[in-house]
Amino acid sequence: MLRLFNKIRKTGMVTETIAVDSDLQALGIEVKSVINKRFAGSFAIRAVDSGSCNACELEIHALNNAFYDIERFGVHFVASPRHADALLVTGPVSQHMAQAVLDVWEATPEPKWLLAMGDCAVDGGEFAGSYAVMGGIAKILKPDVIIPGCPPTPEVILKAILGLLHNT
Amino acid sequence: MSRFDWLSELIARCEEEHILFHGGSARELAPAHVLHIDIEDWGKFAVMAAEQQTRWCAVWAVQQDEETLLMNACFEKQGDYLVIRAPLDIHSPVLPSQAPVFPAANRPERHSQDMFGVMFGNHPDSRRWIRHQAWDEEIFPLRKDIRMAHSDQVAPADTYYPFFQAQGSGVYEIPVGPVHAGIIEPGHFRFQAVGETILNLEERLGYVHKGIEKIAEGRDAEGLAKLAGRISGDTTVAHTWCACMAMERAANVAVPRRGIYLRALLAERERVANHLGDIGAICNDVGFAFANSQFSRLREIWQRTQSVIFKHRLLMDTIVPGGVKVDLSSQQCETLSQQHAVIKTELNELMAILNDHASLEDRLVSAGHLSHELATKLGVVGYLAKASGVDYDLRRDHAYAPYDRMNIDSPCYQQGDVATRLQVRADEIIHSLILMDTLLQQLPDGDIANTWKPPVAICEGLGMVEAWRGEIISYVQFDATGKISRFYARDPSWLNWPALEQLIDGNIVPDFPVCNKSVNGSYSGHDL
Ligand code: SF4
Repeated sequence: MLRLFNKIRKTGMVTETIAVDSDLQALGIEVKSVINKRFAGSFAIRAVDSGSCNACELEIHALNNAFYDIERFGVHFVASPRHADALLVTGPVSQHMAQAVLDVWEATPEPKWLLAMGDCAVDGGEFAGSYAVMGGIAKILKPDVIIPGCPPTPEVILKAILGLLHNT
Repeated sequence: MSRFDWLSELIARCEEEHILFHGGSARELAPAHVLHIDIEDWGKFAVMAAEQQTRWCAVWAVQQDEETLLMNACFEKQGDYLVIRAPLDIHSPVLPSQAPVFPAANRPERHSQDMFGVMFGNHPDSRRWIRHQAWDEEIFPLRKDIRMAHSDQVAPADTYYPFFQAQGSGVYEIPVGPVHAGIIEPGHFRFQAVGETILNLEERLGYVHKGIEKIAEGRDAEGLAKLAGRISGDTTVAHTWCACMAMERAANVAVPRRGIYLRALLAERERVANHLGDIGAICNDVGFAFANSQFSRLREIWQRTQSVIFKHRLLMDTIVPGGVKVDLSSQQCETLSQQHAVIKTELNELMAILNDHASLEDRLVSAGHLSHELATKLGVVGYLAKASGVDYDLRRDHAYAPYDRMNIDSPCYQQGDVATRLQVRADEIIHSLILMDTLLQQLPDGDIANTWKPPVAICEGLGMVEAWRGEIISYVQFDATGKISRFYARDPSWLNWPALEQLIDGNIVPDFPVCNKSVNGSYSGHDL
């Protein structure tokens, strides 16, 4: 046990002020206040994979690591769409997932927002034109924010989420 | 031991059983050996191959002309690969199944059935597999005469898939997915349970089918490399390498030695990244948040270095036909070696803490047990196999460049539980770090890529790579204009997913997430 505490002490705090640009930090503070006011301090996102290659998911995971720690802004990922304020959709919407994605959207209570993450979700990306994909979430639902990239970096995702909150 | 010394015995046994060979070749799909047989002997050959204790690897069809499909099946023994081929009349496409003797063939054959309209007689389970309801039962997307237009119409959900049923007092069913609670890929799991104990698990996959094999056709080499890098995003390096290897063998394009070393460096980095992330995630699934936070921190540091040096956090598109895209300066080599040392120290520290925790041991030891016997019977690969006493690693046993010049250390244990799979992955990280140091020390000078020359005649090639999950096999065929006319990639997950159904038996429902994570099959890599 002692070793564990020692490791924690040695690791210190790695969480960053996302200071790659200082705008973001300012945005973070502003957004936190929007979340506090309008979402009772917490903004819940349900991640939905509509047929991604799984790299987009890896970068969503990264948002939760100690460096980005998205929860400190009041943004957290939930298990059920019924608990969500927004859906974060990855993947080109495979034909085999399209109905499930619609069902998940249906299960999300109003008011709700839709974020399309990654080139695939934006326009089908590398899989555009395939018989097996719809070619982007816009083919079945209207996204409020699009986040291009293959996959978008955690920083870009973070900015997009914060930006959405800022504008609502 | 000389290469293929088991082959003559297999051939002799086949001849005793009156299996006719129409020639063989060591060149057709080198380094695999090819044997041509009659389609009637397809099942009988499998019986002989099983008798000789080969491992079943893959089946795929290639349409030769309007009348004929060329069926291919691949087997491995002692690191040598054998491909059998037989022509099949497209108008009466019936052949014997190999699944009765090789369970691993079950789903891949159903994939061929759905995509090519091939019918396997005496198949133990001929239900649809990759096909859901997006196209008609009579339509076979990979046939050349099928156009498969893109449609904006939403396909109905595959609600009536005939799942296995269990009845009896106290038996209940838990349907899970396709949308899962965590941030993971979609698929469906159907549990039958009594109380907390799992009686049976049935997997239903295919939800993320993207038509990769079809949209590969008509691409040039560079286009295929990009697509292969997105078959399974966590395995982007290994899949791209494997597809490029197949294309380079087909087109006879050599990769400069420096390029080969850099490819291996990238592949080892991918292995380390995934193992780091998954060790943390496995611990997280039993509520040990400390490990998750520490290992995801290491993974992030690792990815950031990749972003700076290789220009992509996950190393996508760093491998190209003919070589690699990014070179290393000597200073960057130095940075990387330093990072290897840091990760090694931290990993040892963390593993000591993990091994110290009786509560962790309590959850991981004996959970999700896969016996050696079952692992062999199912033909699993990668860390799943190595944790159950199956000692196979392509880098050592089918040594391809640059591994053929290196000392490959690969872990192998007997216990076959979640704890052992975790240990295999920790060991593999250490081995990879050592390997990467060697790669950097011996990094040859020179070019990192040769110019790609598109082939001008029909040609084909086979690639085999040890990805972080285990063996990938890729088949590529070019047409006479240098465009892809057939691409098939067999992700290791095809062989490992069925083992999850077995190793979960008798475990409790709350242990499913950690057992699943310890196998970590790719959905996207499997669904294609
Ligand atoms: S956008 Fe790129 S990373 Fe994301 S799912 Fe598509 S191919 Fe994968």
